[in-house]
Amino acid sequence: MSAEAPAAAETARPRRIGLPGWIEYGLIPLANLAAAFLVAGLVVLFVGENPLEAVQILVWGAVGYGEGIGFTLFYATNFMMTGLAVAVAFHAGLFNIGGEGQAYIGGLGVALAALALDRFVPWWVTFPVALLAAPVFGAAWALIPAWLQAKRGSHIVITTIMFNFIAAALMVWLLVDHLSPAGSMQPESRTFEAGGTLPKLGSLFSAIGLDIGGAPVNVTLFVALAACVVVYYLIWRTRLGYEIRTVGFNPTAAAYAGISPVKITIVAMLISGALAGIMALNPVMGDQHRLQIDFVSGAGFVGIAVALMGRTHPIGVVLASILFGMLYQGGAELAFEIPSISRDMIVVIQGLVILFAGALENMFRPGLTRGYAVWSALREPPAAGTKGGG
Amino acid sequence: MDLHAIVLVLDSAVRLSVPLILAALAGLYSERSGVFDIGLEGKMLVGAFAAGAASAVAGSAYVGLLAAVGASVSFALIHGYASISQRGNQIVSGVAINFLAAGLTALLGYAWFSQGGQTPPLTPEGRFRNITLPGAETLRDVPVLGEIYVELISGHNMFVYLAFLAVPFTWWVVYRTRFGLRLRAVGENPAAVDTAGISVTWLRYRAVIICGVFCGFAGAYLSIAQSAGFVRDMTAGKGFIALAALIFAKWRPWPVLGACLLFGLLDAAAIRLQGAKLPGIGEVPVQFMQALPYVLTVVLLAGFIGRAVPPRAGGTAYVKER
Repeated sequence: MSAEAPAAAETARPRRIGLPGWIEYGLIPLANLAAAFLVAGLVVLFVGENPLEAVQILVWGAVGYGEGIGFTLFYATNFMMTGLAVAVAFHAGLFNIGGEGQAYIGGLGVALAALALDRFVPWWVTFPVALLAAPVFGAAWALIPAWLQAKRGSHIVITTIMFNFIAAALMVWLLVDHLSPAGSMQPESRTFEAGGTLPKLGSLFSAIGLDIGGAPVNVTLFVALAACVVVYYLIWRTRLGYEIRTVGFNPTAAAYAGISPVKITIVAMLISGALAGIMALNPVMGDQHRLQIDFVSGAGFVGIAVALMGRTHPIGVVLASILFGMLYQGGAELAFEIPSISRDMIVVIQGLVILFAGALENMFRPGLTRGYAVWSALREPPAAGTKGGG
Repeated sequence: MDLHAIVLVLDSAVRLSVPLILAALAGLYSERSGVFDIGLEGKMLVGAFAAGAASAVAGSAYVGLLAAVGASVSFALIHGYASISQRGNQIVSGVAINFLAAGLTALLGYAWFSQGGQTPPLTPEGRFRNITLPGAETLRDVPVLGEIYVELISGHNMFVYLAFLAVPFTWWVVYRTRFGLRLRAVGENPAAVDTAGISVTWLRYRAVIICGVFCGFAGAYLSIAQSAGFVRDMTAGKGFIALAALIFAKWRPWPVLGACLLFGLLDAAAIRLQGAKLPGIGEVPVQFMQALPYVLTVVLLAGFIGRAVPPRAGGTAYVKER
């Protein structure tokens, strides 16, 4: 149904011309972020604590010592993958809210690979198999919503929300009834042997003089960074990326140009689901070494905040996921030091970032545009020909 | 299953469907006006928390209800400001509302009451109690009808009756009043409404505020009527089931009632059938029953059983022509 295609395109992020890049991609996101943190500070005040002290503890907990940095990077790895997943879908004008479910099912792929191979082969054999299984499973979970959006016009936001819940029910059923070892009451798979675990980066960091202690940051970090590069090339340097962006801007124009919005919608969602699926490598094989209930624990949703804050660009996604990694790790430290600020503060900040960097992204634009107009008028006086002096 | 067991399952289905009915009707007002709302869950959650907290402190259920409506409406106004005034993305705004609600209710509950995110248990005055309808005692001994009347129809709290009355009320408002006509028009073709000299912005704000009021009632039902206090993440996805019911009902009041009762019945049956074996099928996994509302909604959205067409202007902000 073509009437819904423009509605899907609404979720794309229209770029307005007229402002220089440093305002568009620097000042406006910073102003939005500042507003979000200002309100978060007010919440801390409201709880009766000192926001500045809270920030100090948070930053120290996140980057003040080796283990904190390790944990920050571990969380950032999750958010890079889910952030990229949301970003790629955004470029096609699609809002993939189902990263949570796609990562959850991706974990099933990872766990099946690890459970099948861990007793027979070393990790570097299991790893590529899992690295293949995770995106395949994640993409498979995105396929039905993608197909329904492309072919039957079912709103992707609603279907992916529904698929999150379906994934949750499916995984609980699998874990309770099928994957948990006989005689165990725990709804989780058996613990992987050495062949199903990914090496941590402790020795790598100690080579540069940083002791990250027991932090679970592992080789998935490099997978995530590589994915950022791949996504950059895909979106801005390939024909497929061009087609994805065209459909995102204007599906009707894309169709006239001979690009099939149906095909691009499905392909973009498959890529998105695959990226979300890869996220599962990090917690399942890198940290917990078994498949647990709700191991994604909201990372799929953090991806929305990360993609919005990173303005759907891989560099922005990396920066935003490090910030959210800091929030997750520092927030744990904060909850420990100031018990009245529980870890739920992170969720509040996440909501505020989505609100200010996403829904209210244009709040500061009129003011900044006016300010810029005044400023450039002052800088370039109307007298012509003054440029010759340079 | 004998009559008594069936009546008990139906009774629990009614109780479970009440928050769904209230939240789905809330969404109906908002979405019919052209403002998509996936933040029903969040508004219900702040409503439940505000009700639990205020009722615990003030010791009065009505203060709790007032607080629930106030909190839910203020969140609705944030959504309205972002999606109507700022013309932001309505889906993104809804997601933000859900996170803010999940985080704030847990954070404030933890900080204020230090009981792991719960509000203190309520006294009887702090709750809405069950109402015994007239004649329930005398009719108790009548076979079949007596049991249905006493167990199923009588003995619920105020919200249950309000929710069931809200359905015809909403039908009347949407289809029989001037406001309702304009509400439907603004969701289909805001430019036409604007041309007629009616403010699109104010109409949509009113719809969003009504949505907040209904969500506040749904939340208060959870924390101060159905249970005796707020626990963290109390809504547990009910807002999304309500959203599914709204789509399932194709944005119409009476079908909303049907869809919510169906989803409530599925929930009640899932609890009842836990571990039981059905003839011919064997044991039905409880997760299957839990996932069924979502699966049904996807099937409906796919257009295989009827077709769910949302209000045409839904999800898009109105830009006045200059």
